[in-house]
Amino acid sequence: MSAARFQSGDGVAVAAAYPPGHVRTPYFIRGKPGVIDSVVGNYPNPEELAYGRDGLPALPLYRVRFKQTDVWPDYAGPANDTVVIDIYESWLEPTS
Amino acid sequence: MSPHDGPEHDHEHEHEHGPHPYQPDIEDSGYTERMVMAQAVEELLIEKAIITADEMRAQVELMDSREPALGAKVVARAWTDPAFKQRLLEDVNKAAAEMDIDTGTIPIRAVENTPDVHNVIVCTLCSCYPRLLIGLPPDWYKSRAYRSRTVREPRVVLAEFGTEIADDVEVRVHDSTADLRYIVLPMRPAGTDDWDEDRLAELVNRDSMIGVSLAGQSS
Repeated sequence: MSAARFQSGDGVAVAAAYPPGHVRTPYFIRGKPGVIDSVVGNYPNPEELAYGRDGLPALPLYRVRFKQTDVWPDYAGPANDTVVIDIYESWLEPTS
Repeated sequence: MSPHDGPEHDHEHEHEHGPHPYQPDIEDSGYTERMVMAQAVEELLIEKAIITADEMRAQVELMDSREPALGAKVVARAWTDPAFKQRLLEDVNKAAAEMDIDTGTIPIRAVENTPDVHNVIVCTLCSCYPRLLIGLPPDWYKSRAYRSRTVREPRVVLAEFGTEIADDVEVRVHDSTADLRYIVLPMRPAGTDDWDEDRLAELVNRDSMIGVSLAGQSS
C-alpha cells in the first residue's frame, strides 16, 4: 500500500505515454489536464494483474475530472460539461 | 419463436416453393476465436479443479437473477429516506445489503443527478456495468458507437435517447475504466410527493440508472 500522492482539488496531467500491452488509461485522455475529484483507495495494479502477476504494491486510484473543452478542442457542448475517469496514480503527474 | 411463427407463413403460397427453410441453430453462426478461448479457459478451470461446473452454472444463474427492478427499489428508497440516500452515496454495496440485495465485492458508486448536474455512465474500454445490481447491460451499452460517442458528444447521444439536457446543466460523463462500477441516482420526478416506494420504483427504468434517460421519462 502506498499513501495517496494527490488529494481532491489537485491539478494533474495524465501521462502522454503509449506503452504496449494491457493499459487501463483510455487513449483519448492521455496528456490531458484535469483535477482530482476524489481519492478512491488502493487497488492492485490491473496492468500487472493482466499478466498473472500480483499487482502489488497496490496503487492509489483516483476519480479525475476533466473539462470536455480540454479533452476535445472542438467540443460542441457548453463549457461546463465534464468527464470523470478512474485513473491509477502511476499515470498522473502534478501540474499545480 | 417456433419455426412456424416466421413471417414467411404470412404468404399462403409458402409450401409451393420447395423445402421448408431451417431456423439456424446457435452453432450455425460459427465459433469465433474469442468463443473458443473462453470455452478453453472454462474447461481448464474445471479440469484443474479451480472451480466446479456447478459453481460456474450458479454464478451465471446469479447474474441472470439480477434485473433493473432491483436497482429501482434502491433508488425509490433513496428518494423517500434521506438517511438511506446518504449511505447509498457513500457505499452502494452496503446500502443495498440493507435491502437484502447482495451486489458482490466490486465497489459500486452512485452519482446523483441534481438540477445542476446530469450524470451518464459509459465504459470506453470495455463494458463495465453494475451487473449485480441492475442485471446485464443492454447490447448498445457495449457497442463501439455508444462507448466512443458518449465521451465525445454526450449531448448528441442523449438526444438520440430522447433526453434533452438544458445548456446550463453540466453533463458529467463517468468513464468506469477501473475498479468501480457506477449507477446514476436519477432525480425524483415532480408531483410524486405523496407516492410510496413501490409506486416510485415503477418510474425508475434501466436507462435512467445508466443516465441516458430521466426517471419517469417513459418506460
